[in-house]
Amino acid sequence: MSNVPQELRYTKTHEWISLNDDGTVTVGITDHAQHLLGDLVFVELPDVGGTFSEGDDCAVVESVKAASDSYCPLDGEIVEHNEALSDTPELINQDPYGDGWIFKLRPDDAGAYDTLMDADAYSELIAEEG
Amino acid sequence: MLIFEQSKSQRANPSQAPLQEAGIDSIPAQFRRRRRPLLPEVSEMQAVRHFTRLSQKNFSIDTHFYPLGSCTMKYNPRASNTLAMLPGFLQRHPHSPDNLSQGFMACMFDLQEILKDVTGMTAVSLAPMAGAQGEFAGIAMIRAYHDAREDTARTEILAPDAAHGTNPATATMCNYKVKEIPTDAQGDVDIDALKAAVGPQTAGIMLTNPSTLGVFERRIKDIAEIVHSAGGLLYYDGANLNAILGKVKPGDMGFDVIHMNLHKTFSTPHGGGGPGAGPVGVSPRLEPFLPVPLVVKNDDEYSWLKEKDRPQTIGRLSTFMGNAGVLLRAYVYARLLGREGMHRVADFATLNANYMLARLRKAGFEAAFPERLATHEFIITLKRQAKELGVNTMDFAKRLLDYGFHAPTTYFPLLVAECLLIEPTETEAKEDIDAFIEAMIKIQHEAESDPEKVKSAPHSLPVRRLDDVKAAKDMDLRWTVSE
Amino acid sequence: MPFIPHTDDDVKTMLDAIGANSIEDLFAEIPAELRSEGLDSIPDGVNEMDISRLMRERADQDSRSLCFAGAGAYEHHIPAAVWELTTRGEFYTAYTPYQAEASQGTLQLLYEYQSMMASLTGMDVSNASLYDGASALAEAVLMAVRANRKSKSKRILTPRTVHPDYRRVANTIVHNQGIVLDELDFDRQQGVIDPASLPDDPGDVTALIIPQPNYFGALEDVDVLTDWAHAHGALVIAVVNPVSLAILTPPGEWGDSGADIVCGDGQPLGAPLSSGGPYFGFMCCRKAFVRQMPGRIIGRTTDLDGKSGYTLTLQAREQHIRRSKATSNICTNQGLLVTAATIYMSLLGAQGLERVALACHANTMKLLAALDETDGVTKLFDRPLFHEAVVQFDLPVADVMRALSVQGIIGGVSLADDYPELGNSILICATETKTDADIETYTASLKRIAMRLTANRCPVQPKM
Repeated sequence: MSNVPQELRYTKTHEWISLNDDGTVTVGITDHAQHLLGDLVFVELPDVGGTFSEGDDCAVVESVKAASDSYCPLDGEIVEHNEALSDTPELINQDPYGDGWIFKLRPDDAGAYDTLMDADAYSELIAEEG
Repeated sequence: MLIFEQSKSQRANPSQAPLQEAGIDSIPAQFRRRRRPLLPEVSEMQAVRHFTRLSQKNFSIDTHFYPLGSCTMKYNPRASNTLAMLPGFLQRHPHSPDNLSQGFMACMFDLQEILKDVTGMTAVSLAPMAGAQGEFAGIAMIRAYHDAREDTARTEILAPDAAHGTNPATATMCNYKVKEIPTDAQGDVDIDALKAAVGPQTAGIMLTNPSTLGVFERRIKDIAEIVHSAGGLLYYDGANLNAILGKVKPGDMGFDVIHMNLHKTFSTPHGGGGPGAGPVGVSPRLEPFLPVPLVVKNDDEYSWLKEKDRPQTIGRLSTFMGNAGVLLRAYVYARLLGREGMHRVADFATLNANYMLARLRKAGFEAAFPERLATHEFIITLKRQAKELGVNTMDFAKRLLDYGFHAPTTYFPLLVAECLLIEPTETEAKEDIDAFIEAMIKIQHEAESDPEKVKSAPHSLPVRRLDDVKAAKDMDLRWTVSE
Repeated sequence: MPFIPHTDDDVKTMLDAIGANSIEDLFAEIPAELRSEGLDSIPDGVNEMDISRLMRERADQDSRSLCFAGAGAYEHHIPAAVWELTTRGEFYTAYTPYQAEASQGTLQLLYEYQSMMASLTGMDVSNASLYDGASALAEAVLMAVRANRKSKSKRILTPRTVHPDYRRVANTIVHNQGIVLDELDFDRQQGVIDPASLPDDPGDVTALIIPQPNYFGALEDVDVLTDWAHAHGALVIAVVNPVSLAILTPPGEWGDSGADIVCGDGQPLGAPLSSGGPYFGFMCCRKAFVRQMPGRIIGRTTDLDGKSGYTLTLQAREQHIRRSKATSNICTNQGLLVTAATIYMSLLGAQGLERVALACHANTMKLLAALDETDGVTKLFDRPLFHEAVVQFDLPVADVMRALSVQGIIGGVSLADDYPELGNSILICATETKTDADIETYTASLKRIAMRLTANRCPVQPKM
C-alpha cells in the first residue's frame, strides 16, 4: 500500500505539492508513482527561472523501463530545483516526500494551492487505478 | 576480454596498410591531429580469433530457433548474400553513370514491380533504409498530400494503442499529434471509439494488419470507410506483411500508403540490428510525393528519376539510393520464391503459429485472444504464473535461453500483461517447434516445483542477468586507457 | 518447397492438432471480399542455379570501372577478414540484442565500436549507429534543437560546403518540425567558409554545421568557426570523414571547447561502395547530451555474480518505451556494417588508418597536379585538402564525363547541378587504391577526349 501523507496536496498525474512559509510550493512525485517506475536512474530538472503553466511537462523522471514526464501542478516560476537528484536520483525511491523533492515553484496565484486534490481524493484515485 | 586489452603498442598490422610512404607536409599543422586515436594494435590472427569468439557468444537464426514475435526471424538464404556480393555489385559507385549501371538498375526496377504486385499499390519507392524510415516517408507523404490541397487543419494521426512505438514516434517527427484508439476485448480496433475520434483534424490512421496482437483486423473495410469519409488517409505498417502474402493486398483493404520491412517479409539478414530496408508503396493520389530516387524503364533502358523530375516529392532520405545491397538480397529471395512461393510463406507461417498456439493451450498456457485464430504469430499471457507462482514472463524468457531457444518478444504489446509474442515463421520444422513447446512445458513444471531456478535463469550463458540499473546510472559507454 | 521443411504428414498432424481441415481454414477471419489470389506480375520461382546465372550476367554488365568519384562514397581496400567474419551466421542472422545474455558477442563488439569512434572523434560517447551520413546529419540537427535549450529559433546555419545531398536529406527529415536550415555561402577562391564573412550579430542560432573536410575536399577553419558558434550560443555539429580523422584534428578538440555533436558516414571504414548502401551513420557527442542522442547505446555493467557484461542502456529515450516523445523513431539501425567497421579498425589500428589517410591524400594531390597540368583543366581552389578536390574543364562537363565513361573511367562527380556558379567543374578523388598508372590512364584519356571534343567544335560552319 502506498504512503499518501495527509498534509500534502496531489495531482492526477501523481505529483505531490506542499505549501512553504514563503508562499512557494515544493513539488515531487508520489510514493505510488516511484513504485510504478521502479529504480530511478535519471531526473531531468527544470531550469531555475523558467515559467510554466499548469499541466506543462517540466521535468522527466527516468527508470530503466520507463521515462515519465512530471507536470507542473500550478502556473508559476521555478525558484529552485533539487540539485542532489543529478547524482543520486534514487533519493526519489528512498524518500519521495523528503529528500526526493524535485523543484520549488512560486505560483502566480497565491490561492491556487487550495484548489489542488487532497490526500483522500488522491488515495481514492490510485485505488481506482488499481 | 576486450580487443583493447589484447593490444600492445608498436604491434602494427602492416599487411593491412598501404605500402606507400606518404608525407603530410601539404596539410598545415593547424589542421593536424596531435595524438593518435586509441585503436587496438593486434595481429590479424588475434583480430580474427577475437571476433570469431565474440560471434560464438550470440544466438542467431543460423544457430538457434529464434521466435521473436513481430521480427520475423526466418532463414536467410545464403544465395541472397552470395549474389548481392558479386564484385560487379559491390564495386559499383553510387555516382556511376547509367550506362555502367544497367544490370543493377534492372534488379531495382524488377523489385519495384514485384513489390507493387504484392501490396496492390500503384507505385513503389525503394529509398527508405529501414521500416521506421519507411513509416516516416509514408506519414510525410500524407502531410504533403494535405498541404498540397491546402487542407492545413489536419493536425492529428490516429494509431491503435497496440501499435509499435515507431508509429507515434514517426507521427511526432512529422509534427502530428498522436491520438490513441483503444482495442476491444477481441483484439480489433474499437470502432465506436474510432468514430468518436475522427474529424476534420484527422490527417490519417496508422494500422498494422494483422495487428501487433497477432490477429487479423476484421473490420478493416469499415475503418477505411470511416477514416476516408473524414478526409483522412490510411497508412499500412507492413511489419506483418508476411502473414498475408498472396492472400490479401493492403491496396485492396483501402490503404493509401504502405511500408514493407524487407528484413522481415523478404528475409534479408537482421545483422545484429540492421541494415534493413523499408520501401514504400502508394495509391495514385500519393504517387507524386514518393521519395526519390526511383528507377524507370524506357525502351529497355533504365534511368533514375530525381528531384528535378519529381517536383512534388517529399525529397531524399539517404545520400544515395537507400540500402541497395539489402534490396538486391530481397530481389534474389523474391525470385527464388516466385509466385507460388509467396503464397506458401503466409500458408506455412500461419500453420506453424496456429499449431504452436494449439499445443501450448493444450499444455495449459493461456492465449491472450482465445476466441481468435492466430495469424503468423500469437500472444500468450503468463499473468497467472506471475500471480500464483511469482514467476513472470522475463523469467520464462531467460530460462528458454538455457534450453537453447531465443526468447519470444516479451512485454510487447503493452496492452497484454505478462505477454510473450511468439512468431515461429514458415522455415521452422515441426520437430523444432515441438522441442520449443516441450521446453515451455518443462519450465512450467520448474516454475511450480523450483521457482528459484527459473527466476535466476539463465544459468548456462556467457553471463547471468545483468544489472540494468547500474548500466544506466554509471554509464560506462566506452573503454578508456586508464584501465 | 524452397525453405519450407514440412512434409505432407507434418501438415496433416499439425492441422489435426489445431482442429482444422485445411491450411486455408486458418485464414477464415480475413473477409472473403478482400481476398485476392493473383500475383500476376510475379514470375514463377527459379532455382539457385538459374538466379545465379541471371545475377552474374547483371553484375558483369556493370563490370569494373576505374573510379575517381568520391562525393560521400569512397573506394578503399577492405581486408579479406572483414567480410569473412562479418558474414558469419552468428553476426549476420542475429537481431537487435534485446536478450543481453544471448547477445554478448554483438553487444561487446558494439561497446568496442563505441570506444573506437569516441576516441577517433575525440568525443565522450558514441551511439551504436544510425542509417547513413545524411540521415545522421538530420538526426544531429533534431538533437541540437533538443539539446540547446536556450535557443528558441530552431535555426541551423548550414554552409553550402556541406554535401548537397546531406542538406537535402536533412531538410526532408526536419522541415516538418519548423526547423530552418539557413544557407551560409562559401568563398569562391578558397572553397571554404570565410570566417570574416560571419556576421557579428547572427541573432538566435541553434547550431552551426561544420563539415571537415567539406564537400569540395577542402579544410575549413574549424577552430575559428567553432569558437564563433559557441560565442553566439550556438551548438556545433561536425560532419566528418572517419578515415580523415586518423590525421586531422578530432572535432572534440576544435577551438576552445570542441564540437558538441559529431556525425558522418562510416562507409570508408570497411563498407564496399555497393551502389550507395548499406553504409552506416555514426554519431558521437558530449556526455551531457547523451540522453538527447538517438539510436541504440550499449553500456558495460555487471551480472549477478559481479562478472562484466554488456547491455542496451538508456533505452528510455527510444521509441519502444517513450513512443511519441522519443528522441527519434529509429529502431533497426545498421548493425552489420558496424560489425565490419569494428573489425576494419581493429585490423588497421591507428597507424594503419593513418597510412590509409596519408596515401589517399598523397594520391589525390598527384591526381590534382596531373590534371592541373593537362590543357583545358584547371584546379579551382587554393586551399589545403584531404582526399578530394575540384577541377574545372574548358569543355562541357557532361560531354567529358560521358566520353570518359565509355572508356570505363568514372572521372569524378559533376558539380554542374548543385553549384552552377562553378561552371564545368567536377569533384575528384583518388584513394589509396589508385596507382600512378591509374592516374596516367585518366589523364591520357582526358587528353584524347579533349582533342576530339575540341575538333568536333571546329569553328567551320556547315554551309546552308
